[in-house]
Amino acid sequence: MKTTLARLGGVYLLPVAIGIFTLFLIPTSTWLTLTIAGLAMGMMIFLMASGLSLIFGLMDVLNFGHSAFVSFGAFIAASVLAALSSWVSGGSAALNIAALLLAVAAATTFGAAAGWFFERVVVKPVYKDHLRQILVTMGALIVAEQLILAIWGGVPIAVPRPAVLEGSILIGNVAIETYRVFAFLLGLAVYVAMYLVLRRTRIGLLIRAGVENREMVEALGFRIDRLFIGVFMAGSALAAMGGAMWAGYQALITPTLGAEMMILVFIVVIIGGLGSIEGSLLGAIMVGLTANYVAFLMPKMALASNMILMMAILLWRPYGLKPAVQK
Amino acid sequence: MSAGGSALRLDDVHTDLGQHRILHGVSLDVPEGGVHVLLGRNGAGKTTTLRTIMGLWRARSGAIVFRHHDITAMATPDIARLGIAYVPENMGIFGGLTVEENMRLASNDGSFDKGRLDRIFALFPAMQKFWDKPAHALSGGQKQMLAISRAIIERRDLILIDEPTKGLAPSIIRAMIDAFREIAKETTILLVEQNFLFARSLGATVAVIDDGRIVHTGPMAELAADEALQTRLLSLSLEAHQ
Repeated sequence: MKTTLARLGGVYLLPVAIGIFTLFLIPTSTWLTLTIAGLAMGMMIFLMASGLSLIFGLMDVLNFGHSAFVSFGAFIAASVLAALSSWVSGGSAALNIAALLLAVAAATTFGAAAGWFFERVVVKPVYKDHLRQILVTMGALIVAEQLILAIWGGVPIAVPRPAVLEGSILIGNVAIETYRVFAFLLGLAVYVAMYLVLRRTRIGLLIRAGVENREMVEALGFRIDRLFIGVFMAGSALAAMGGAMWAGYQALITPTLGAEMMILVFIVVIIGGLGSIEGSLLGAIMVGLTANYVAFLMPKMALASNMILMMAILLWRPYGLKPAVQK
Repeated sequence: MSAGGSALRLDDVHTDLGQHRILHGVSLDVPEGGVHVLLGRNGAGKTTTLRTIMGLWRARSGAIVFRHHDITAMATPDIARLGIAYVPENMGIFGGLTVEENMRLASNDGSFDKGRLDRIFALFPAMQKFWDKPAHALSGGQKQMLAISRAIIERRDLILIDEPTKGLAPSIIRAMIDAFREIAKETTILLVEQNFLFARSLGATVAVIDDGRIVHTGPMAELAADEALQTRLLSLSLEAHQ
């Protein structure tokens, strides 16, 4: 039985099981809408979480400031979209998409640059010291939130959504939001790119090896600290990209957006297993689906549902579903 | 060990771990070529000596010289790039990577020299058999073979090997002896061991470490022939291992 399940996909069947189970509880058209929403939400959380998971896995660094990149990504994307309002609301689909891609690119570039600064100034002095890592990265998060307040103010900001991504695609009597489909496809493209880099390149090989045994990678002649800067920058850039996409999804953002998302991001990293992008994707999809299904079935349990999911998985698999290092 | 033609020299090396001093002035000459053994009981400082040479733990004082390069304060990757390979006690295998990926990581440019690879396959046929299998699926002996194969996938000037026979079956240990003899034809090996029979069959010279100090150095044949010396130095006898 166990072998058959493993052959069919093992833990990858879990989101499918969640979907099938809820199909008996929710009308089909609503279920389809919720499933697409859950997948889109999952992909955006995956963007935010995958970098953090690699950072945890590669250098054992607890970065509670990761959500600052999510917040900055959201606000930078909102500003770029506002500046390109004529492109965003115009009739040209190409200009609509170009505006969104520019906004995402600006957020991602900022995330990479800020990630470099953050790693050099905040994280590097506290390598190998978890308590200090928590303190300084939490401190940096507070500073980042105050910076956002100073730059963009404390009033919620409306994020213009490109006209071409407004509205829904109707399939029969099922309405699927266009933006959610776009977010899902973008997340999927990023996952495929990350997978190929990790599986098909020498840098990817080094990262996977470093997640398992940093010391041995150094003993083979590679400078893990240089590799880590690259991973930290990429992780921060992805978090900012996730923030940019989330801004468009929410359409209204506040400076605490990142901190609010961080709970879900940490749940995903823990559920998925440290250092594994496959685990992050699996965890993010499960969190996205669970949040949407439970919000429909038992709205009062929406916040608690993912915590319960995390506890259940940790009781079953203490190191997460797909940890990079098999214990 | 021998004074002339040193591949590696440790001069009065002290190493601390936290509040504890582990090495109390280790001095050691490892001659060029062949297998040279560092023997000692558990906790004597063998692993600390190797880790200090590799820069994984820092020497508090003293000097470590590898072929005229002072490597005492060098970073581990720079030491490795001078041509020193390290096979730790836990083998340091990347279980999530395949055998091929483990080997590829250790090659200088990510490609393989076919001649060297064929030699490795001849020494350890299991490496060819499990080439595309994840390393965590290998047995203990096969993992040790992979760790050693990885160390020789490029030409190295010195290989540091920490207790390669630990937990291995006698048949695999015999295969290891043949492999080390072959490897030692082109490189210098510093072997840390507790298994005296294994060490005796390979070592040209021997140093015995106890409580963080070298207490004996000399030709292996001399120690092998003097059971009283063995008992005094190692609290063991050949019979105890037979």
